[in-house]
Amino acid sequence: MINADFLAALTFSLGHNAAVVVLGCAAFGLSAGLVGSFVLLRGRALIADVAAHATLPGVAAAFIGATLAGVDPRNLWLLMAGGAATAALGSLAVRAAAATGRVREDAAMALVLSSGFGLGVVLMSVVQSLPTGGQAGLAHFILGQAAGMSEAEAQALMILAAIAAGCALVLFNPLRALCFDEAFAASAGLPVRALDLALTALMLLVAVAGLRAVGLILVVALMVIPAVTARLLTERLSVMAPVAALVGAASGWVGASLSAAVPGLPTGAVVTVTACALFLLALFFSPTRGVIAAALGRAVMTWRIARDHALRGAWEELERKGSGADAPFAEAAIAEAWAWSAARMSAVSLALRRAGLWQRAAEPGFLRLTASGVDAARNVVRRHRVWEIYLTRAGGVRAFAAHRGADLIEHTLPPEVEAEVEAWLETADPDTARLAVPPPVEGARA
Amino acid sequence: MSTTASLPVPALSVRHLTVAYRDAPVLWEVGWATPPSGLVAIVGPNGAGKSTLIKAVLGLVPKLSGEVRIFGEPLAAVRRRVGYLPQRASVDWDFPATALDVVAMGRYPRAGWLRPLGRKEKGAARAALAEVGLSDFADRQIGQLSGGQQQRVFLARALALEADLYLMDEPFAGVDAATEKAIVSVLRRLADQGKAVVVVHHDLATAPHYFDHVLLLNLRAIAAGPMAEAFTPENLARAYGGRLSLLDQAVAAAAGAPGAAPRA
Amino acid sequence: MTLVDFLQLDLVPMLAAILACVTCGLLGTLLLLTRNSMMGDAISHAVLPGIAAGFWITGTRASLPMVGGAIAAAVVAVALIGLVRRLARLEAGAAMGVVFSGMFALGLLMLVWSGADRVDLDVECVLYGILETLIWPAATGPASLFDPAALAALPSELLLLAGMFAVTVVALLLFWKELRLAAFDPAFGTVIGFDPRPVRALLMLLIAAACVAAFWAVGSILVIAALIGPPAIARLLTERYAAQFLLAALAGGAIAVAGYAVAALIPAALGAAQGFNAAGMIAVMAAVGFALATALSPFRASRRRRAAASRA
Repeated sequence: MINADFLAALTFSLGHNAAVVVLGCAAFGLSAGLVGSFVLLRGRALIADVAAHATLPGVAAAFIGATLAGVDPRNLWLLMAGGAATAALGSLAVRAAAATGRVREDAAMALVLSSGFGLGVVLMSVVQSLPTGGQAGLAHFILGQAAGMSEAEAQALMILAAIAAGCALVLFNPLRALCFDEAFAASAGLPVRALDLALTALMLLVAVAGLRAVGLILVVALMVIPAVTARLLTERLSVMAPVAALVGAASGWVGASLSAAVPGLPTGAVVTVTACALFLLALFFSPTRGVIAAALGRAVMTWRIARDHALRGAWEELERKGSGADAPFAEAAIAEAWAWSAARMSAVSLALRRAGLWQRAAEPGFLRLTASGVDAARNVVRRHRVWEIYLTRAGGVRAFAAHRGADLIEHTLPPEVEAEVEAWLETADPDTARLAVPPPVEGARA
Repeated sequence: MSTTASLPVPALSVRHLTVAYRDAPVLWEVGWATPPSGLVAIVGPNGAGKSTLIKAVLGLVPKLSGEVRIFGEPLAAVRRRVGYLPQRASVDWDFPATALDVVAMGRYPRAGWLRPLGRKEKGAARAALAEVGLSDFADRQIGQLSGGQQQRVFLARALALEADLYLMDEPFAGVDAATEKAIVSVLRRLADQGKAVVVVHHDLATAPHYFDHVLLLNLRAIAAGPMAEAFTPENLARAYGGRLSLLDQAVAAAAGAPGAAPRA
Repeated sequence: MTLVDFLQLDLVPMLAAILACVTCGLLGTLLLLTRNSMMGDAISHAVLPGIAAGFWITGTRASLPMVGGAIAAAVVAVALIGLVRRLARLEAGAAMGVVFSGMFALGLLMLVWSGADRVDLDVECVLYGILETLIWPAATGPASLFDPAALAALPSELLLLAGMFAVTVVALLLFWKELRLAAFDPAFGTVIGFDPRPVRALLMLLIAAACVAAFWAVGSILVIAALIGPPAIARLLTERYAAQFLLAALAGGAIAVAGYAVAALIPAALGAAQGFNAAGMIAVMAAVGFALATALSPFRASRRRRAAASRA
């Protein structure tokens, strides 16, 4: 029956109330992902966690206060206001403690988080002894319980989420400037302090909005995990923020559906595990930054460097001996030139034979470049030496530093940089530029 | 003259050393050898890879390719003969430790893993502290020392290692003139004992006076050799590239260097 | 409240709280000194699936498989944090946030699924600890303290905590200088042949094990107060390395006693029907202790001057 209920909840057909709850959680996930992108890039992920934990004493105190004042203590808006107040106090306390220089920020965060939560736990034990009875309602603020949520609560959640998302969208550009380059944002005349405050306010808003649905312990999960998932997929904030919002919404939707179908499950945990599943997918399969892509990229790079070094070693060995480009040369000479172990040399040697760049010569232990090997070696050596000339003669180191996008110097020069360097050589030293392979730069070579 | 000085092998040699931080190459096919002993400066502009070279030699940053030999052997075989003085900013000076605590770390290899430091080793640490003139500050918490004193604590810790090759990352950074003098005299004494001391150095004006050999580094090894031969205006111009103000300073320094080529 | 009441109801919880806070305070000192406090938070959350799995396997609360599971979970967490940092190019905090919240959620679900929450190990225990349930019904009077039969009936959680305390003290003494070097200057350690990695790994394992032990006393969330509170208090009171550890241990004991006293002993003595939650009160006492230490710190002037100097 769980499966049928789950599907029904997913398609919003498990009754009106469940549909509203699922929608509410999805809306919360969306705003958390969106705001979380900025929080993450601003380096505030753990502050968000501290703020979320620090809501507990506020929620409990509001409950106690309302009871004593004779107001209905289960008013969600009241409890949320209490939570927001102590969460703001908590983030202020971290900032104030770190600003004195007497404790580091990490210790300040740990202290505020734990003592704030501890105070909340103490106050909850007070609530338990109140005549209005039971903390059952309050415990749901810790781990979240979407199943028992009323329609009014779900609507409150959606309103808060809409406000947070709306603010984040309106402030998108200034917030982006703040996250990427605070100094630039300040010099461009943006009110950096006000923006920082606005971001903190958004973060608190999301934290409070998430209390009833996912619980204060896992609010940080929905702010950070979708954002990091998106970050694994893209560099650009204009893509990252919507992707994070989408991941957050999907997690909220699936998680809340599951937990609506299975009443005992803590919603926060289900939503978080859903988000984690998406995160793990991105971690492994992201085409740019995934585990698999990274391993492949490293393998390709290792192979390219080894191949280029082997070819250049062969060329320079032939140059040294004064023999022709297709003359045999000793494998040992290459190993010696690059300080390669025997095992490494034989692996490289095999790989280049497979690639058809060189072949065994008649004499044992000797190799000979193939026709395509000669071409490739000439290119590699030329590129290397033109770079060498550029770097040492043109004071090109600085220009080079400007091209830090280049993965690894000569092995993966972007074509436009290569063209620029060739153009420079053409004007600076046309004689050298005309040579198929310029002579090596005399310098401090060991 | 100790045995190390009479050995023909260079104290430190690197071949084809390439290091990159993420996308940015920092050292590119650096080939270089020091003499067996003496004071050697590594000079170059900011961001030239000077500290990275030392860290790559010590295995603190991964090499992309290349080979490092110390007294002709791989680092693992001669660890006990190598001393290191990191940049002062690399540690937390608020750490609850006294000057003597820090210097005593230089004696840890003598005690070995899991064994407490003996009385003899503590004595050696005290002696090292005395050698840099900080005996009176042995029990001072390190955060309460001045910048120059902190630098001397690091020097004492390196001395306590009793190494044959020292690699020092900017030992003169942020110290006053008196401290600089004191450090130089300690380095000189080490060289006189036949040890090799490789120092990352920023100040072109003092380099020729303090050091016997030099490596001019800027991503690549631009020039290396005895100070008189390598520390020339031409080489400095190449090392410092298009940075004109630095270049003038470099040329002026080279012109004033003992045995340097006459001002071009 | 009679003496027998105290022995039966309050002695074991108090001892458990003291052992947990002292052990965590000793280990947390190294986290604090390496500015890694939030790593304690991350590990204390991330061990939950390991605890749940250990409970699944054995069905008892204080067992070695549980410690083993927690250590395995901590290893996975640390490895994942490193991987996420590297691949997503994130600061440590964000990577920690992802990994520990994900693993904590997984652990919660495991607890609920396994039905453990209905028997012995429930979600409330994760949140608030179960100090109050650590009772010693076998105690009949002061003589029980020397009665082997009564001592054998002590809750096994207490024995686990005592064992963890002993292991921690032995490890700290054995690796005294290695830990100090790895904390102060790991690069120098690498160069002189004292690779900091195994020492750091040992510290992480100890913290994971301590989190399991302390789990029973203060719960998963409040462990962080025991880890960071005492060393932060001690750091304000001394500039010596050895004294830092001693004071952290003392401060740990003090917040445990004060917290338990305010939460349980004093209300009981005053005749209140119900006390406060002791685990939460211990965390509050950590903050109170920190505020007191800030006021009493003998280093206020000198540090402020230094901070001003370094800013200049």
